Amino acid sequence: MTRLVRRQGWVAGLLVLFVVLLVITRLIQPGYGSGDFGSLVRAVLPYAFAVAAQTIVVIAGGIDLSVGAMMALTSVTAASMMDGASEEYALFVVPFVLAMGLVLGAVNGMLIVVTRVPDIVVTLATLFVLQGAALLVLGAPGGAVAEWLRATIVGTLPIPGLPGISAWIPKALVLLVVCLCIIWIPLKRSKLGLSIYAIGSSELAAFRSGVPVARTRIIAYALSGLFAAMGGLALTMSTGIGAPIPGPYLLASVAAVVLGGVALGGGKGGLLGPIVAVFVLRLVRTDLTLLAIDPNVTAIIEGAIMVAVVMFGAFITMRSRQS
Amino acid sequence: MSTTAITPQPTPFGRRLKRFMADRPLIPLIILLVMLVVVLQILRPGIVNERWLANTVKFAIPLAILAGCQTMTMLTGGIDLSVGTVATMSAFIMATQVVHHDPAVAILIALVPAVLIGLVNGIGVGVFRVHPLIMTLGTSLIGTGCLQVYQRTVIASGAKIPPFLAWLGTGLTYGVPNALLLFVPIAVLIVFTLRRTGFGRLLYAVGDNEGAARLSGVRYWQVITALYVISSVLAGITGLLYIGLIKAPSLSLAEPLVLPSVAAAVIGGTSIFGGRGGYTGTIIGALILTVLTTLLTILQMPEGARRILFGLIVLFVTAAYLRIIEDR
Repeated sequence: MTRLVRRQGWVAGLLVLFVVLLVITRLIQPGYGSGDFGSLVRAVLPYAFAVAAQTIVVIAGGIDLSVGAMMALTSVTAASMMDGASEEYALFVVPFVLAMGLVLGAVNGMLIVVTRVPDIVVTLATLFVLQGAALLVLGAPGGAVAEWLRATIVGTLPIPGLPGISAWIPKALVLLVVCLCIIWIPLKRSKLGLSIYAIGSSELAAFRSGVPVARTRIIAYALSGLFAAMGGLALTMSTGIGAPIPGPYLLASVAAVVLGGVALGGGKGGLLGPIVAVFVLRLVRTDLTLLAIDPNVTAIIEGAIMVAVVMFGAFITMRSRQS
Repeated sequence: MSTTAITPQPTPFGRRLKRFMADRPLIPLIILLVMLVVVLQILRPGIVNERWLANTVKFAIPLAILAGCQTMTMLTGGIDLSVGTVATMSAFIMATQVVHHDPAVAILIALVPAVLIGLVNGIGVGVFRVHPLIMTLGTSLIGTGCLQVYQRTVIASGAKIPPFLAWLGTGLTYGVPNALLLFVPIAVLIVFTLRRTGFGRLLYAVGDNEGAARLSGVRYWQVITALYVISSVLAGITGLLYIGLIKAPSLSLAEPLVLPSVAAAVIGGTSIFGGRGGYTGTIIGALILTVLTTLLTILQMPEGARRILFGLIVLFVTAAYLRIIEDR
């Protein structure tokens, strides 16, 4: 029991924090309802995928600085392919873009394995490459998106007989949960998932226990690329266009990963923590906006919260290690 | 099949050359730099002249100082991603404060946030043991926010650049950039500190084996706090120099230099995991990146293709360099 609490304590704390924040939001804005919650989830969607992409790589003991650039590239690719094309064509575009993310992520991993350059440098280099590619695909924000794709994240999931609850289940949330679960749950339960944790925890020990370190690392980066491609698609779906300049997804993803209890050294944590953390971070932003605080001050507060929470978390781990 | 195994040979020339280069890691870097300059000269005959040289040095200096911050923090196994924000802050604050105050006072005011951010970074990394990457990203976020708020308070008063800094940033004396007046002492100081002083040795020790350094009586948090404050102050000074060069204060002035500064330190042979590297390599790394940027600019490629090439070349150079060094 204590082990369960210790393992899930951080995530539970984050969930409590999220609920507290929701209550505070209701207090600030009594009219805050299901519609606002829906728009919160839609805003979170690209961030959540970026966080998932970062989480899997961090668990494997690496870091991916190219997440934002990857999202930009996949987003502009999707938007420019769907521009002026028929609705059905998008059925082909979505798998194509996802496959592209998977392959580019695998290339990231292979470069790290083959060149033996530190991952932070390799992904820094691919950040430039992907950004450049995004600019070549689409010089300025533009493109279009198929209507049915937009419809998949707008509105709520109708549950017959329960209109009260169904109003609080936006389609975007369903999409997020489905996409993450389809990949994460089988992975976590498979040997591959165990290998990913193993190489993050100790590469040498993993190698000596017969884990194919190079292959596992490449797969981890490939999955990260896949999540980033989902993020890029989500970005295009929610804005209706593709933008070649990446947003603040890199910083946000690293912050949420750390807030979510995934150690930057690797081998610890899960996907749920970072996802809840990114919801917390976005909700804080919403609250600050509702309080009519200057958006620039919001940036300061966000940064301060991030630093404070990370310091607190590091302090707790230090204390628990000493006792 | 195995003819080479049967006939024994003296050490092949290739391996001897490789070992020679591994012993002197600066030589392959210098060769690469010269090669880049030669390529530039072939592509645009006559471009390599005194003026070009002075210009290259002028633009390489801010990058080299910021890369110095990265080198020192990377020696301890850290990284300082807040240098761009700190440089931008000090430049912007100086340019707006100089309207009301004496330049010297304005510069002092401008360096205050640099010291504060360095202190917060150092305490976060040294005392609370936060990962340097996340700590410096966080403080740079806070810094950018503060700067945006500050900007609204001074929007009416305007900004100007004191002639002294413009002279330092862009001026030439007998064809030699004046910025060297600032850079040479800083570079000598960093090299001297890293090689000859106890503090420098502590940085290597902490980066090489933190536990061992701790057990030998090194006060980790003091070393780290001092290091990040120094790094931030250097970044602040870079900002002052850079505004003299660019002459247009903006809220994202030095931001584009951050990632290249990391790249320059890595190309220069400093290990991102700590304990290995030095500043001389970093300076050449900064020069290589600057020449590379010129090269890509005169090729007149679209911006996208330029970024792709930049990324690929940084990756290739680092990989090739690591191969050479690893033999040691």
